[in-house]
Amino acid sequence: MRQVTLFLVTIEHTWRRSLQVRVVTLTLVVSSLLVAVFAYVVAYRSSTILLDRAKQSVQVQLESGQATTREQLAVFSKPYEPNVRGTLQDIVSYLGGGDSQDPTSGLVVVRADNVSEITGVQSRPGDISAVLTSDITRVVRGGESATAIRSANLGAGRAKYLVKGTPVSTKFGQVELYYVEPLTTQDSAATQINTTVLATGASLVLLLGLLSALVTRLVVRPVRVAARTAQRLSAGLLDQRMAVTGEDDLALLAASFNQMAANLQRQIVRLEDMSRLQRRFTSDVSHELRTPLTTVRMAADLIFAERERFPADMSRTAEILQTELDRFESLLTDLLEISRYDAGFAMLDSEPTDLVPIVHRAVEPLRGLAGRCGVELRFEVPADPVIVEADPRRVERILRNLVGNAVEHAEGKPVVVRLVSDGVAAAVAVRDHGLGLKPGEEKLVFNRFWRADPSRARQTGGTGLGLSISLEDARLHGGWLEAWGAPGQGAQFRLTLPVRAGDRLTGSPLRLVPEDADLPAVAAPAQQRAITQAPAEVIR
Amino acid sequence: MRARVLVVDDDPALAEMLGIVLRSEGFLPSFVADGERALSAFRDSRPDIVLLDLMLPGMSGIDVARSIRSESGVPIVMLTAKSDTVDVVLGLESGADDYVVKPFKPKELVARMRARLRRGEDAAPEMLTIGPPGNQITIDVPAHTVTRDNEEVKLTPLEFDLLVALARKPRQVFTREVLLEQVWGYRHAADTRLVNVHVQRLRAKIEPDPERPEIILTVRGVGYKAGTG
Repeated sequence: MRQVTLFLVTIEHTWRRSLQVRVVTLTLVVSSLLVAVFAYVVAYRSSTILLDRAKQSVQVQLESGQATTREQLAVFSKPYEPNVRGTLQDIVSYLGGGDSQDPTSGLVVVRADNVSEITGVQSRPGDISAVLTSDITRVVRGGESATAIRSANLGAGRAKYLVKGTPVSTKFGQVELYYVEPLTTQDSAATQINTTVLATGASLVLLLGLLSALVTRLVVRPVRVAARTAQRLSAGLLDQRMAVTGEDDLALLAASFNQMAANLQRQIVRLEDMSRLQRRFTSDVSHELRTPLTTVRMAADLIFAERERFPADMSRTAEILQTELDRFESLLTDLLEISRYDAGFAMLDSEPTDLVPIVHRAVEPLRGLAGRCGVELRFEVPADPVIVEADPRRVERILRNLVGNAVEHAEGKPVVVRLVSDGVAAAVAVRDHGLGLKPGEEKLVFNRFWRADPSRARQTGGTGLGLSISLEDARLHGGWLEAWGAPGQGAQFRLTLPVRAGDRLTGSPLRLVPEDADLPAVAAPAQQRAITQAPAEVIR
Repeated sequence: MRARVLVVDDDPALAEMLGIVLRSEGFLPSFVADGERALSAFRDSRPDIVLLDLMLPGMSGIDVARSIRSESGVPIVMLTAKSDTVDVVLGLESGADDYVVKPFKPKELVARMRARLRRGEDAAPEMLTIGPPGNQITIDVPAHTVTRDNEEVKLTPLEFDLLVALARKPRQVFTREVLLEQVWGYRHAADTRLVNVHVQRLRAKIEPDPERPEIILTVRGVGYKAGTG
């Protein structure tokens, strides 16, 4: 049963997939129908004509036989006259003609069913009861002519016979004259015609099928070549072209296709060049900017180290120079990082990494800031190692960004960092209890240079690129970075990473919406959006 | 004794500024601006440490590092504008011991240089043996030599320090961060690729089959340890 289903599915598949198969099948079906009708008409007509001929010739014989019989019997007036029987025998022998022993020849029969003294005679021996059936003899006996076709064995095997009978009236009553003519010649002729018609028809159908296959092949082949070439093109083999032969429609197809491919190739090469230039430019800018910045940095450090010996204004200047250089530097670093992502140049350096020390390491440099902001940092981290195939530098950078942001927006309330793994995915959630996010902002936070409230005083002087880079870092791992927030409830950022590099994430071991969040009706839609949309957007 | 530093950098302002900083920190700097002359300058000045810019006119910093490494184990610290993995790993594989990414803080650079120059002065006689039976290496700590099958294996001072750190506490697993602190002198955790690349280089020199190491073993997700019998 399953094999049958499979077979049907295969056929259905081929039918849908191959234009050639469809055209050939349709041609075969339609031409078979046409040929069948044609063959039927020819066979029917030819056998009708043959039979008509036979009937006519037998009719002629019958009429002359009727005349002969009437003349020969005219001398008798009583049925029991002695020569009647001999005369009858003479008549049938004469009318039957030829060899009276030939079993394939026809028969002439004279009967007198109304005259009890006379028994029927026939031109040659043979059992005619199957031919002269009662329905015919009854008609003729009643004084009418009759025609019928009967199949019987008259000594030479079973064959079809044309039976014609007519009454002949004599002085002593009515006799009946029957001609039983074999239809073997007509039959074999009809069979021959049928065979010929069928053979011709069948070969015609085959030829038509072949022809349609050839014609469609002629058309389909260039289309297939075009499809294959297009596949190669899309696989990146940009110099693939079709061969143009002749000046017909297919040549036009090939020429247009090639033109399209050439245009595409030009565009792609141009874009690739631009991207390469962009990458090169990024790298050059990197080097060219960093070298003088290093010099300035060193000079500023020297001045900064000596600032106590300067007058107050100069000393403050040295401090400002120092801090602004720090900002400039981190901004430059972030810009270069994001342009590396834009150029598709970022590479993942995955290795089995324990996330527990990474969490602590990421938070370490932020302790000073947390102290200044009066924010308590809490950890809910397992005691055992959480091994994940990840790039430790990038994960640390993500976590530093998340915790830095949380501390900055915590409004002096505690920030909780939780790490959980379920063996398939590991998640780190950073929760603050600050102002929170307005509905819709959990998307915007990942935008470049986006700020929750432009009027708010900056505390850390972040570059505004931190979360954008973190999102790219997470994507590079095949991970998710999502945000949840509600006004007055604080915010939670959740990073989910697959434990094995390259695995597809299906869920996160931590909830995006923290359990302690109490959700007023207003905040519900925002939370809903964050859950349903964020993963779809973050997975690449 | 003031340590001699060879600065290979093509940017005159940076070189001059480096000179000021290095002199103020008690180093004796000398300078060369292009890669072609770097090797002869290295032979002339016989520095205790080399500061090498990766992007140089003439010969690239990578080639310079390779040719210096071919004749000396002197510490090389790369100055690089790129922190991409490819560039850093390529530099480290060509023989550099450590790197600083521009723009660096002068204190950071000096700390790195000092860490590279601080050599085992505590020359207590100490012999260490690690590796599984039949595949053992012997380390003579004061003499700075490593032998396997009575043949000396040439190691750079950094590779030697890395090996000694692991060999002194066999069976103990060292995280990359701990190794960075003990061998490279980083206070805060830094780039663990340094450890990866140097462990690879060390394995290439002391392991019979670096693809299947027996002397320095990787502990998945944690770090490295010395193999014992």
